[in-house]
Amino acid sequence: MSENEVVPFDELPEELQTLYEDMQDDLYDGLADKVVEGTRRALEMGRSPREVLAHGLVAGMDIVGEDFGAGRLFVPEVLMAAKAMKAAMEVLRPLLVETGAPKIGTFVIGTVKGDIHDIGKNLVGMMLEGAGFEVIDLGINTDADKFVAAVREHNADLLGMSALLTTTMPYMKVVIDRLIEENLRDQVKVLVGGAPLSEAFAEEIGADAYCRDAAVAVEVAKKFMAIKRGQQAA
Amino acid sequence: MNRFERLFAEHEVVLGDGAMGTMLQRLGLTTGGAPELWNVEAPDKVKQVHQGYVDAGSMIITTNSFGGTRFRLALHNLEDRVAELNRAAARIAREVAGDQVAVAGSMGPTGELLFPLGTLNFDDAKAGFAEQAAALVEGGVDFLLIETMSALEEVQAAIEGAREAVGDAVPIAVTMTFDTRGHTMMGVSPAQALEAIYGWDIRYIGSNCGNGPAEIEDAIRQMAEKKPEDVILIAQSNAGIPRWKKGGEIVYDGTPEVMAEYALRMKELGVRYIGACCGSTPDHIRAMAEALGLR
Repeated sequence: MSENEVVPFDELPEELQTLYEDMQDDLYDGLADKVVEGTRRALEMGRSPREVLAHGLVAGMDIVGEDFGAGRLFVPEVLMAAKAMKAAMEVLRPLLVETGAPKIGTFVIGTVKGDIHDIGKNLVGMMLEGAGFEVIDLGINTDADKFVAAVREHNADLLGMSALLTTTMPYMKVVIDRLIEENLRDQVKVLVGGAPLSEAFAEEIGADAYCRDAAVAVEVAKKFMAIKRGQQAA
Repeated sequence: MNRFERLFAEHEVVLGDGAMGTMLQRLGLTTGGAPELWNVEAPDKVKQVHQGYVDAGSMIITTNSFGGTRFRLALHNLEDRVAELNRAAARIAREVAGDQVAVAGSMGPTGELLFPLGTLNFDDAKAGFAEQAAALVEGGVDFLLIETMSALEEVQAAIEGAREAVGDAVPIAVTMTFDTRGHTMMGVSPAQALEAIYGWDIRYIGSNCGNGPAEIEDAIRQMAEKKPEDVILIAQSNAGIPRWKKGGEIVYDGTPEVMAEYALRMKELGVRYIGACCGSTPDHIRAMAEALGLR
């Protein structure tokens, strides 16, 4: 097979289907060692890094995200799965870079100025990486200058902002206003999240989407990228 | 029987207080500043908030020490001042409370995930809570209020830390936040929380913060169904959810009337310690006091 080929799951021999399904199960259970082992085995069998990523890891994280969104899984399970994914990515990443595999999209993320909470933001970042996004994490206490610079520098498709405090949530509006001033607003979709936020708040400040949790964030990010690709193709 | 326990011996329903953080912001605390620093730099403003609640009818007031563990204070480079800031928080509240009102020593989450999910190990968490609890008790709180928790391991660390530091000098109360599909962020249901916390020999158990009264009501109803006789339930709801108003002001959408209704529903469910959390003000507490017939 070519080094970038991704054979559709249904067309794979049973042995490989089983291997990928086991990887997905192990990922769901947060078993990092086993996921890494599965990744190595698939590569040894001559599968492309892109295929291993798609069928072994991303498909597994999709199930995790779905169950998280449905309330069947909670933060601890998702974190363990994301850690397992991360461990396997350490094996795959150098190979993916070598083969020039395309990424789904570029996502700049950070907790806004004045706010030092990062559990939710980190979870969103890990889930996005799990879904194949390139994630630029600006950390906590991020001001508008930093957000704007990162969006420009990385030519970001999406910007995610997090706030856990009622005093820091208005700062999201400051960042959005700055994006408008800098003529960057049309380039990025703005996603916001955090415990005190709501759909209404996101609308009021002019964000593109409120994400109740990390699963929703991934879903929304994927949807925006699909729309963007559709527009570029048209 | 200490001041806190006596309240429950003498009253069917005990009225707590409302928010501290959002009140301090109204008084000029800047975005992202450490509220606990005001215990030494602007104690009069902290006192003013406490006094507002006492005047509105609060029978318990809560110290300005929610983020007072070394883990939270470290984010403001204040981790070396845990004892000083928590002791000051307790003294300020004690001074306003006098002899009739009880003082809750607020202990919020570390903001860290415990190992293996995160990097904070159990013993370090426990030591951090012990340090805070010791200072709060030294400053004169009547009980420790471990609040807004989402992970049971962290609750356990807080309880064990507090007991290690102060023994049974004061009672301990624990409330968790059920803001994620009827569970805490970490997936703990109200029934699981009740069972685990009761198992650690805590008798004051409940729910606080979150997305407003309806959510707390769900959690409390589940706890009320399962609770052993000797548990005293606690409910401290946010005043609705925050909304953005033109001009950048954030306003919680739960009015005093909404919170008064909430207080009555909590009483019906058998909750004996009823208070409020983020976004609430002395006006909300006054309305709750009136609805409960305490004024």
